[in-house]
Amino acid sequence: MQKRKVDLVVIGGGPAGLAAALAADEEKVQNIVLIERDIELGGILHQCIHNGFGLHYFGEELTGPEYAQRFIDWVAETKIEIKTNTMVLEIAAKGQEKWVYAVNRTDGMVIYQTKAVVLAMGCRERTREAIRIPGSRPAGIFTAGTVQRYINIEGYLPGKKVLILGSGDIGLIMARRMTLEGSQVLGVLEIMPYSNGLTRNIVQCLEDYQIPLLLSHTVVQIHGFERIEGVTIARVDANLVPIPGTERYQAVDTLLLSVGLIPENELTRMAEIGLDKVTGGALVNQNRETSIPGIFACGNVLQVHDLVDYVTEEANLAGRAAARYIDSQRVQGEQIEISPGNNVRYVIPQKIQEPITDPIDFYFRVTEPMSVGEIQFWVGKEEIYRTKKKFLKPAEMIRITVSFTNWEKMIQVGKLSVVIKEVS
Amino acid sequence: MQREVICIQCPRGCLLNVEFDEVKILAVHGNRCRRGIGYAEEEIYHPTRTLTTTVRVRGGVYAVIPVKTIKPIPKERIGQAMQEISSLIVSAPIESGQVIIKDLVGLGIAVIATRRLTEAN
Repeated sequence: MQKRKVDLVVIGGGPAGLAAALAADEEKVQNIVLIERDIELGGILHQCIHNGFGLHYFGEELTGPEYAQRFIDWVAETKIEIKTNTMVLEIAAKGQEKWVYAVNRTDGMVIYQTKAVVLAMGCRERTREAIRIPGSRPAGIFTAGTVQRYINIEGYLPGKKVLILGSGDIGLIMARRMTLEGSQVLGVLEIMPYSNGLTRNIVQCLEDYQIPLLLSHTVVQIHGFERIEGVTIARVDANLVPIPGTERYQAVDTLLLSVGLIPENELTRMAEIGLDKVTGGALVNQNRETSIPGIFACGNVLQVHDLVDYVTEEANLAGRAAARYIDSQRVQGEQIEISPGNNVRYVIPQKIQEPITDPIDFYFRVTEPMSVGEIQFWVGKEEIYRTKKKFLKPAEMIRITVSFTNWEKMIQVGKLSVVIKEVS
Repeated sequence: MQREVICIQCPRGCLLNVEFDEVKILAVHGNRCRRGIGYAEEEIYHPTRTLTTTVRVRGGVYAVIPVKTIKPIPKERIGQAMQEISSLIVSAPIESGQVIIKDLVGLGIAVIATRRLTEAN
């Protein structure tokens, strides 16, 4: 078993890991190891062959693979050590010391003793088991991302008569993709009374191909023994409970699920890093530093983003913060806890910690659609910041940058809450 | 004639009710800004889309390679374009940006690879 001393280990070579490693390299961190379990860098972007990436970060429209390639090329120009085909088994921390246990076929097991770690493992899809659809367990039921990989990388078309459950963006994208490849997509069902995808995807993926979107509908039964033969669908009431009498049978040979993503935090949990129950990711401060000093998290392992552009931004932030930590080995100071209030599902970061950097970017989501919302920041009984935002949707992350003036007061109170008030 | 179009110029997503004849837009209802009118006109008379899909690969690490049209193509030509693209087989290695089809279905628009694909060992 090899033992190596390095400065920074980045776990995950998708968009978050690539940008974090690059940002740390730019800040002159010396020995950076970027670990990826797949055979190549780039992560999920390789199967996202549609365009629309980079509008925010690069000001131009790229496909997923093109967006990834830019970062892969940049990493190739640096001294960042790349370990593909390599699986991280465990992270451990004790005092200032951190260890990352990784394994691959050529090196065998390697223990990296490192000054800092960036967690960038991304997320995975919720499955049929996660949403408990009753019925038999035949073949032909896939998560949307799995089918995306089959079609866009492996070159298989897994079905001809398809229904999609869940209107998340991947489901919408796959409705179009399967139609283009010759499958008949019968419709997209969404249990909520509003869509969970970006408007441009509803238009360009469903409307363009006359694929119906059935809101307040779900699958209540799966039929078929070896291969799925059909599903029973039903309308749901305001409490998302199927309404008796609205059931109908639909013959299909394939069911796709686009019912949400879960940050992949097994390693994080093993290291006993504090997690947020709502996001499923680590609890972090404004530098994306977790409850263990020197371990940072960014991208979809921290919170599921809608746009890769924001993942890159967040990873830049985490990478730079890791570089500062390596430089100074500083200890986390006093903190202000941030809590989501009315109409706010979660807020990232969950705390602000000394030394305070300014201004601070906040990312959060509204619990329900709202045409105009007033975002308010409260410290105790005092409102310290407010701004109005239009067309708030749970599917579209809100991102605002705030400069604070009265840190002493905020630290005294120790709490900051973010609320959104609907304005009519 | 009359048609409903969802504007995608901004996240608001206005539902536009468009009245039009063979040559011009007569009225747009439901738009909350001027951009909706231009969008409605484009969508009614010349709807275009960038087409992204895959092409079969011989001898690559993966079976297919992602491609895109370098410019948006008329929406009504997408079916025909898909037929031409899916009848093709290319050989690895392929560079990102490599031209796969010079002139897609006579539109004078090229199709390029959007990733690098190396040969299988």
